[in-house]
Order: sequence, then structure tokens, then C-alpha cells
Amino acid sequence: MNIKLGNSQIVIERKPPTKTMFSDLIGPLIALFLALLVSAAIIALSGVNPILAYTSMIDGAFGNFRSFAETVVKATPLLLAALGLTISYRTGLVSIGAEGQIVMGGLMATLAGIYFTMLPGFVLIPLVMLAGMLGGGLWGAIPGYLKAKLGVSEVINTIMLNYIAIFFVTYLLDIPLREPPGYFPQSAMIAKQAWLPIMVTGTRFHLGVLFAIIAILVVYFLLWRSPIGYQMRAVGLSQTTAHTSGINVKKNLVLAMGLSGAFAGLAGMVEVAAIHHRLVNSFSSGYGFDAMAVALLGKLHPAGVVIAALFFGALRVGANMMQRTAQVPASLVFVIQGLVILFVLMDALLRQYSIRIVKEDVVHG
Amino acid sequence: MDEVNVIGFVQAAIRMSTPILLAGLGGLFTSRVGIINFALEGIMVTGAFFGVFGSYISGSPWIGALFGMIGGMAAALILGFMSITVKVDQVVSGTGINILFLGLTSYLLNIVFDIGAKPSQVASFQDIPIPILSQIPFIGPILFNQNALVYIAMLLVPFCYYVIYKTSFGLTLRAVGEHPRAADSLGISVVKTRYIAIVISGLLGGLGGAFLSIAQLSVFMENMTAGRGYVAWASVTVGNWNPFGILGASLLFGLADALQLRLQAFGIGIPHQFFMMLPYILTMLVLAGVVGRTVGPSAMGKPYSSESK
Amino acid sequence: MDTQNILEMRNITKKFANVKACNGVTFFVKPGEVHALLGENGAGKTTLMNILYGFYRPDEGEIYLKGQLTDIHSPKDAISLGIGMVHQHFMLVPTLTVAENVILGLTANLKKLDMEKAVEKVQQLSDQFNFQVNAKALVKDLSIGAQQKVELLKAIYRGADILILDEPTAVLTPQEVKELFTILRQFVAMGKSVIFISHKLWEVMQISNRVTVLRQGGFVDVVQTAETTKEVLADMMVGRSVVLEYAKTPVASSEALLALHGVCAEGDLPVSCLNEFSLCIKKGEVVGVAGVDGNGQRELAESIMGLRAVTKGQVCLNGKDITDMPIRKRIKLGMAHIPEDRLKQGLVLDFTVAENMVLDTYDEPPLTCKGIFQPQKMQDIAQELIKEFDVRPPNYDAIVRNFSGGNQQKVILAREFTRSPQFILAVQPTRGLDIGATEFVHRRLLAEKEKGAAVLMISADLDEVLLVSDRVIVMYEGRIMGEFIPGEVLITDIGLMMGGTPQERLGVCE
Repeated sequence: MNIKLGNSQIVIERKPPTKTMFSDLIGPLIALFLALLVSAAIIALSGVNPILAYTSMIDGAFGNFRSFAETVVKATPLLLAALGLTISYRTGLVSIGAEGQIVMGGLMATLAGIYFTMLPGFVLIPLVMLAGMLGGGLWGAIPGYLKAKLGVSEVINTIMLNYIAIFFVTYLLDIPLREPPGYFPQSAMIAKQAWLPIMVTGTRFHLGVLFAIIAILVVYFLLWRSPIGYQMRAVGLSQTTAHTSGINVKKNLVLAMGLSGAFAGLAGMVEVAAIHHRLVNSFSSGYGFDAMAVALLGKLHPAGVVIAALFFGALRVGANMMQRTAQVPASLVFVIQGLVILFVLMDALLRQYSIRIVKEDVVHG
Repeated sequence: MDEVNVIGFVQAAIRMSTPILLAGLGGLFTSRVGIINFALEGIMVTGAFFGVFGSYISGSPWIGALFGMIGGMAAALILGFMSITVKVDQVVSGTGINILFLGLTSYLLNIVFDIGAKPSQVASFQDIPIPILSQIPFIGPILFNQNALVYIAMLLVPFCYYVIYKTSFGLTLRAVGEHPRAADSLGISVVKTRYIAIVISGLLGGLGGAFLSIAQLSVFMENMTAGRGYVAWASVTVGNWNPFGILGASLLFGLADALQLRLQAFGIGIPHQFFMMLPYILTMLVLAGVVGRTVGPSAMGKPYSSESK
Repeated sequence: MDTQNILEMRNITKKFANVKACNGVTFFVKPGEVHALLGENGAGKTTLMNILYGFYRPDEGEIYLKGQLTDIHSPKDAISLGIGMVHQHFMLVPTLTVAENVILGLTANLKKLDMEKAVEKVQQLSDQFNFQVNAKALVKDLSIGAQQKVELLKAIYRGADILILDEPTAVLTPQEVKELFTILRQFVAMGKSVIFISHKLWEVMQISNRVTVLRQGGFVDVVQTAETTKEVLADMMVGRSVVLEYAKTPVASSEALLALHGVCAEGDLPVSCLNEFSLCIKKGEVVGVAGVDGNGQRELAESIMGLRAVTKGQVCLNGKDITDMPIRKRIKLGMAHIPEDRLKQGLVLDFTVAENMVLDTYDEPPLTCKGIFQPQKMQDIAQELIKEFDVRPPNYDAIVRNFSGGNQQKVILAREFTRSPQFILAVQPTRGLDIGATEFVHRRLLAEKEKGAAVLMISADLDEVLLVSDRVIVMYEGRIMGEFIPGEVLITDIGLMMGGTPQERLGVCE
């Protein structure tokens, strides 16, 4: 494709894709940059100085030790859910269900924390973790099963289950689980020994962060150092070939969705056990959707996902400061997220082309 | 429930099915050319916001509807760009667009109307009873005492059927969705046809969204589409890629929606959240029962490149 | 410019990435002739014609039509200039009718479409050429031969003066080929021209007036068909002498390694279901399955490998009943599969060479020990195989998607043959490969035969089947029409069997 520009031509031609570590890194960075650029334009158009907005955001996220710890705390559920999404995306499943799975995980974790108060901490915490993973895992396995058995799009089903989960929990908090005397729609507190302990005094930095770090290693190992991971990746890249060589595609689809739900459920458990210590409405506040952007920005690899999770954690923490200081509505965070997803998608394509500017006479030489 | 209540109920069902019908018809055009339109949620919410905005600054719901359609078209064009020109995953693009516009409309709501404040009621579409026809017992008030957009939507159903099955443009659409290379080999511009379908889906989806804010209610609230865009896309599959089928599917969902409100008001023992879940559970059930027995356009979801060998 | 020529393509060059698909090619066509464009797979014939038809734009070169320099930007231009093309893979919308397919694209507006008039006109045209096609039929219900006639109708309806046919006989029986040639002669007698792309020498000798030979993207020569021979053309096409025969050891054993007894399986189409199918393949034997695509070959292959359910009968490997055995177990027992579609079934395109090579073995030692997958082992094994099979580029880390067809097939062969399989199922193993790669595949298959493997080769290329097999069966509508040793039976008779006449009824007057 040639575009004439005055005396020269801009020649855009396809070049064979080169795969280097550098090129893998630069794509997401460019995407991030472009997303922030466009958002800056939106901020500017609404009459606010984007530099002010961004600096207050950075200040809010990294300004002092406490806010840095808070950024890590906010990044933790994102990281867990995004690691789960990495598993399902790598298996070729587009799951939008992290939000609902976080909610169900939080629910099951709360139930375990409320009804097993007789157990000591070192038993109760693993039990609560298990409950959270089970809740999320089941909520993920359902659309996985529907996809494997009936071929129904997991995209729509996971979205529907998000709404169903949220309404279900709203109902539970309204009536059956409502903590007496009933002023607020919230559950009773979970047993004190189930609370995830704070690891750094003066902050909210809790044990759950450690879970997330371990999760990174688990997911890496699962996908690249285990035969199951090989199968899942094969299914994700070519279902037909996987099937032809005897891999059980259906089993892998359900397994992938279940595992991804389990990680999201763990994220829900962490939020309940470490932050709120009870079940409340909107305790997830969109973590599930953030997680999608995190997984994509992190290029579906645990190393990238960690960095992306920290970034989005920072966005969340910083957005509140940004709203207070610069009067920029916190919903800008979603704008940035959406733009990041779109630009990351485009990056793969942009790298396939080389752009050269050629002077007129050289072309016709 | 006495007769008046039943009539009111069905009338409400039709009214509440309209946004899904409009967005579904828009989705139909994109699906016919082989594009998975997951951005309907974002298109609708943009339409809803700009519908209110247009009505607010002009005082006329019709201007609002126009603004809504244009807003929807802008969102749709981004999907078009991502899926036709950049050729990336349509589902993920659609999701990104939804997140973007859900956030953008909330953002604009706060900017235009100040953080925390909600706009006061804006001019909205009122019911227009059609003379004589609306007097017919029972059917009259149900079908012929609705607002202008409902009438437009009802007329659009046979019109879309005509366009898709009885015109050469419709033939072109169907060919592009089934076998784009064949269409290309006969001189049809696959790109142009797909963009036209995208624009139509943006206009109709935006109108559907505007319906929510200036016909069903008269205010814009954050995330007021509440997943209806996804239900609209599901209705395309459930409706077997046919305008009349989509009409049926959207009525089904409209009924569930209306039922949810009625039963809440009646104070029946079942908590209202379960009724709010109804449309979503219904979508899952219907899809599970229907998929596999219906076949959509073959090129669905696959980007087309004329230079691919 | 020679005013006698209706078409002149001068100096056409086209690059894809860094490969020159066409390099300074010259191609002239006269009115009223059938001009063959000959070359092996990858020679540039289809690319050249895709440029003429407007799918691609040439990087260099000019096209003159009826003496005028023309610029063809798209198929729309080509069609309006009187060029029609029947592609190798049909460009028909299966869910639309014949008439709808023919008039597609002529108009695109919101006016009511007069289908009755269109059907009438299309039917008239069909009858004029005696196509025997019903304008109201849905394309997906038509036979392949009839579908091709619809493609011809499309071009003729639009007033084509130059008709391009890309490998039109690949999917036809010998009888249908004769019919096609009659139609082409009729077309040419009207003063039009036909460009006939092929790699089949005997066809080219039969139907063409002149032949232009391309090799590796370059122009070799143009000759009068009457003044040349198959051997000369073969030489020009390949640049060296072509293998016309392989040395094969006769089948020593009489033990059946793989046996099918009365197997029934559902078909993709009603006619392609397997019906009481029985077959034995001995150790060290190559059995070739000839027949037109769509007559149960896919069902046969899938039933043997476990990809399709068998409703009646048995499949036995070494006497053991494997009819209901899962796919993976069959592979582990020593069954190798070279699938029909190497891109969609044989390879995970976005996996590396190494990852593809362990597709059958990743879950067992030495690749997985104590549940842990060893990527280093995978790389070591891949390095060895790359050397042994001469895969290029020799990077175990390279993504297979960008490899040439021949090298992709080598990766599959490496994976399948390295386990010294007892049984090999090869389906269309050389489709789309150039002569060098084709020979490589044949030699490796025969090498496995020498080691004692039983080989079942299914191919729509009759020449290949006759060349490589010890024994040939002909399939039609899910049944075996005949069985013979290559060389025993006349080509015409094979053609009859492919078209539905059982071997016993050959030579019987009706």
C-alpha cells in the first residue's frame, strides 16, 4: 500500500513476522502508551489538564509506602483472576466470567468462614481457600460443560452467569445471610482465625499476596511444564489437530474453564478473607473485567500478567485520588481498560508491517 | 390478574422487548455478513446516553433518537475497523468496545451533568394511540397504543425480511456471510458490504439503546443496558438469523422482563432478585436448547483478506 | 504488439513476502484457442491467473487486452473486460440456488429481485450448452461435476471472452473430463479463448492448441501442442527427468496387519457412507485407494483411526479388535496418520516445529517424567528429526505456520515415522506439494513399507496411486468397485470403476 505525501511516498508493506523478546515486550508498551494518550485527549477535552490528572493518579498509587502497598493489595485479586483467564484463553476459550466466578468464590469462602468457626486457623484458612476455589471453579465449569457438550458459546454463557451470580448474592445478603440486627445487606463476619493476616504493619498488605505469587508459578508450571498444559495449548491453537491426534478436547475445555474459575474464586476468597472479612454487595467491583484487560495486556504469560496487574492495581488506587484532586471521574479507568484491550489487539497486526518513507524519484528510478 | 392488568402486562412486554428487537435486527445484519457483533452492549449504552443528551439539548425526543443512532454508529464503526480492517478477534474487540463505552458514557454523564448529579427528566417518547385500531378490544391497546419507536420497530421487521431475502443487496449480504471469497471473485466488495452492515447495526443498536433512555424511561443511568446487548445478540441465534425469529425471541425476553417487574409489584413470596435473573437464565436455557439445531452463516467470525491464498 | 493476440501479459512479477511467485513471466493468448498453462505445484500458474483476474496486483509488468493496455484492480474489472475464471476450489455459495449464484454481484440495490426472470435466463443458457443443471437447485445438493458447470455458467452469463480454468479436472471422473472437453471445444469454436491451467501432461496433450510452461515462477517456453511430446513437456516442467517408476519389493507376507470386516459407518453425505466395507492390508504392502473425492474415503480413513464411529463390523489390528478403541490408544499401538488437511488436522500451526513433533509422544517418557514435561528433551529429539528429514529452515523453535507445504509435510512425516509404526494411513499425502517434496514423501512411504509396515494410501491423484501402490482398490459411494495390481487394468476401465461400474461388469454390453 502506497500513500502519496507531497514529494515522497509512504510505503507500507508486509514483512515476515519476527519473533524476538523485544518485539513481544514493545507491543503491549505501545498499546499502553496509545491508550493513555487517547485518554489524555478525552481528559483534555473535558477541560482538565491531563498532566495534572495523571500525576495525581501516580501520586495516589505510588506516592508513599502505604499507597504502594495498597496498589499491590488491589493488584492481587486482579492477578489471580487474570492468571485464571490466561488458562482459559490459552485453551481457546473466551471467558468473560471472571466477575461472576469471583463473586461465587467469595460467597463459598464466606459460608465456610461462617459455618466452620470451630476449626483452628491453620485448618480453616485452607478450607476457606478450597471453598472459594470450588465456588469459582463450579461457576466456570458450567459454561465449560455447555460448550463442550452442546457447543454453546462460552462468551454469552459466562456473561449471563455473571448477572445471575450478582443477583443471587444480592438476594442472599438481603434475606438469608443478612447479619442480624439487619441494618445493612451484609453477611456476618467470618471467623477471626480465617482472616488473612496482615504482613506489613501500617498497610493492608496481606497473606493473599503470597497466594498470588505462588499462583504465578503454578500457572507457569501447569501450562509449560506439564502434559496437561501441552494439551490445553494444543486445543487452544488447533482443536481439530488436537482431536485428530487423540487429545480429549471436551475434557480439556471443561478443565480449563473449571481451573480458570477456581483462580477467580480464589481471588474472591482473598477479597473476603483479607479485606472485607464478610460478604458485601459489589465486593468485586469490576475486578473480573479488569482481569480481562490484564490478561490480554500481559500477553497471556504469567510474567507479563504480573506487570499488567500491578499497572491496573495502580490505576484503581490512583483513580480515586484523581477524582478527588483533579475532578476526573473514576470511570475513566474503564475507558483506559477498553482502550488497552483494543490497542493490544491491534499491536499484533501493527508489528507485521514495516513503514518506510520513500522519496518520489527513487520509486520511479 | 384481571383483564386490565393482563393488557397492561402484555403492553409492557412489547414495550420492553423493543430495545432488544432493534438491537437484534442490527445484529442480524452484521451476522449475515459474518461478523460476530459482541459490541451491541456498548452500542446500546452509547445510544442510550446520546439519546438523553440529544433530547436534553434540543427538547425533542426525535433529535435524541437521532443522536442515539449516530452515537451507536460511532461505536459500531470501531468494531468494524477492528474486525474488517485490522482483522482481529471479533469477540474480544467487542468486549473491549463494551468496556470502553460503558466507561465512557459513565464518564460523560459525570462530566456533562457533574459528578454525582443525575439529569432531570428529559423529553421522551409518549404513547401515541392509533385512531380506530387502538379501540379494538384487547389487541387494540396492546399493539396500537405504544410510542412511536415501537411502531417503527414493528415495521422494521417485515422491512428487514424484505431487504435480506428479496433484494439483490440482501443476496449480496448473504453471499458475503457464507462464502466471502466467492463474492469477492464476482466483484463484490466484501469490505464495503461488511461496513454497511456494521453501520446499520450501529444505527439500529443505537436506536435500541436510545429507547431505553428516552422511551422506556426518561433518564440515563450508568450501565442501564444491564446486559441487554448480549441478550440481543443471543436473540439473533435463537431467532435463527431471521427477522421474524428475532421478533419472537425478543418478545420472549421482553415477557421475562415485564414479568419480573409485575411480580415484584405483586409482592409474591419469591424475592425479586430471582425475577431479575429470569432473562439471563432464559437466555442460557434457550441457547442450550437451540444451538446445534440452527446453523448460522459459514463465514461467521472469520476475517476476510483478499490477498490470502 | 502482435494484433492477433487477444491477451498479452508481459514481464509480470509478483512477490509474496520475500518469495517471487512470478518472475518476469510472459504469456500470450490468441482468440479461438485452448492455451494450456503447464507447471508443477508452486510454479506460479495460479498466481499469474489470479493477477489476470484481479485478485492480486502485479509488482511489475503490463497486461494488454485486445491491444489496449489495461489495469485490472479487482475481479470486477476483470469481469467487465470479458475475463471469467473457474477456480480450483469452487467459488459457489452452497446455501443459495444455481440461479442466485449466477446472478450474484450483478446488482446490489433495494429493488425487488425478479428471480423468475433470472431463473429463466440461467436455465436457457444451461440448456444451450446442454449442462443439464436445474437453475432452481441448491448448489450444495449438486454433484461436483454439476457444480463446475455452474461455475462455467457464471462466466458465460457475464459474457466472458477469455475463460480461465484452474486445474478443472482434479475432481472429475474420466467421463466427466470428456464432457468438459467437449464444452470447451464448443466454447472455442465460438471464437473465445480458454486458458487451461494444469499439471497433468496427458490432459494438456489432449485438449490444448498451445502450451506455455512455467517453472518456479519463471517462463520456460511456449510450444504448439501438435509439435511436442509429454516427455519434452515433463522435462521443461521440472528441469530434470521425472521419476516414472519406483523400485518396489514384492509383498512377502500374507499376514493381514490391518483388517476391516463388514464395516458400516455414517457418511457426511448420504452417498458416502461405508456399506459392509471389507479390506485387508498385509505387512509390507502398500494399498492405494483410488476414487473421486467424496465417495467414502474420508469415512474410511476416520473409521480406521477412530475419528468416526463404526456402527457395524470390526476393525482389527494384528488380529486385535480395535473398533471402539480411543484414538490415542490406536496411535500408541503403532498406527500412524498423515491426515488429509495438514494445516487443520496434522499440525498446530502456531506451535513450534519441536512442539509439533511431539504431538504423539508428549505424555510419555522421555518427554514427560514423573508428570513433568521436559522441553529440553523435546528440543533434542526435534534437532535429530530435523536433520534426518531435512526440514527447512532447520530451527526447532520456528513456528510451523510460515513453512512451505513440503516442509510442513516433512514435520508430520518425521513425527509419524520416527516411531516405526506398524500401520500408516496416508490421506492425500502430496496434495499441493512440488515434485521434489512429492518424491520425498513417496520414497519415505516406500521405505516404511520395506521395514514391514502396512500402508494404506488414499489419494484423488490416480497417477500417484498407480505409481506407489502394490495393490489398488477403487471406491465409489462407500463400496469397493474393483481391485487390481497397477498395470493390469486399462485407464478407461479404472475410470469406469471410479464412475460406478463394478469390476465384474466391465466390458459387458448394456
